[in-house]
Amino acid sequence: MALVKYNNNSISSITATAGMPAGAMTLIKTVTASSSANISFVNGTSSVVLDSTYPIYLLEYINCHPGHSGRVDFQFNLSADTGSNYNVTKTTSVFHAYIGEGDPSAVFTYYAGQDLAQGTGYQVLGEVVGNGADEGITGYMYIFNPSSTTYVKHFMCHNQYIALDGGGNAYNKSDYIAGYGNTTSAVDGINFQFASGDIDAGTFKLYGIKDS
Amino acid sequence: MSIVKLNNNGVKNATTFGSITGLGNLKFISRSTASSSSNLSITSGIDSTYKEYIFFFNNIHASTQAHFQVNFSADGGSNYNVTKTTTFFFASHNEAGDSTSLSYQDSHDITGTGAHSLGLSFSSDSDAGGAGYMHLFDPSNTTFVKHFIAVTGGFTDSDYYNTNYTAGYANTTSAVNAVQFSMASGNIDSGTIDLYGVN
Repeated sequence: MALVKYNNNSISSITATAGMPAGAMTLIKTVTASSSANISFVNGTSSVVLDSTYPIYLLEYINCHPGHSGRVDFQFNLSADTGSNYNVTKTTSVFHAYIGEGDPSAVFTYYAGQDLAQGTGYQVLGEVVGNGADEGITGYMYIFNPSSTTYVKHFMCHNQYIALDGGGNAYNKSDYIAGYGNTTSAVDGINFQFASGDIDAGTFKLYGIKDS
Repeated sequence: MSIVKLNNNGVKNATTFGSITGLGNLKFISRSTASSSSNLSITSGIDSTYKEYIFFFNNIHASTQAHFQVNFSADGGSNYNVTKTTTFFFASHNEAGDSTSLSYQDSHDITGTGAHSLGLSFSSDSDAGGAGYMHLFDPSNTTFVKHFIAVTGGFTDSDYYNTNYTAGYANTTSAVNAVQFSMASGNIDSGTIDLYGVN
């Protein structure tokens, strides 16, 4: 019997291969901001999974551009009640490196102006983000075991952006932020926003990292 | 001649498509779970299959406050004593909000064969459990040293949150084929370490 060989066209209708091992990093949802007051990922809402399905989640925020008329902070908060309130207590550490486009004096230091000590307010991910047409903030955040009801919820971020000083001068700035949501309730929502004005544009991605 | 088109059901038992053996670039390899464990040693799955491996640490809970640490083996786990040179710095902030620090920690870098700190003073408080990740690059290479980069976070018994950044290399041209995690004193009371390969 002759062997039947299939070509790419023969399998062009295939969308799933149950027998093939899938990758461990699963894209759960992509949200594109367009003059959005904020962007939220809430477990069980709009196909979002943010529960015990994955032990680790990765969030990426790419080219988030403020709608505000001036420089403005980009920030996030956590929810333990599926997005009704974004007010989880947090303690964080922040350090940053920056250098001006026209000022070669680089700075590398702990930045107490941006950390939280048992605060429930929003954690600033990027301070005085520029609002120029080609400016914005990009970064990523890991959240560990958000559904745990035993442990606090660790998160770690690295953000890269153009910041503006009071005179409108541009700085390349990298912020390293880490801390924990100091709750033993499950964290099931996360919210991103600018401190003032809309998220004019930006792409937000939520990934789950499997443990099997 | 009409083209025969397959549907999903027609290929549900297929485990490869020619040279395609899996989907996605991050591959789960194994989970190690601590239960009052003196260490977690990963002695399989670290080979030439991947150029990069990632270890994720989740809720590493110490039996008594201690540094979380790593060592490498070049003989399948018989000995964890590969020579290392590393750097270590950390950022620290307390819950009281009256103390901060960003500093290089020359007491936690290493040039030697002993275990290397990945995270400082992980607390044994009931809700404490450090977290983080470590990238290990090309461990099976027999030409180059073995670089690793790690970030961890954890809080102390006195409610300081430390974010730890460390990197270095295992200074061997032998293949590294096992990795051991432990606390500098006491046990890993609980927690998981997941190993992934990166295509």
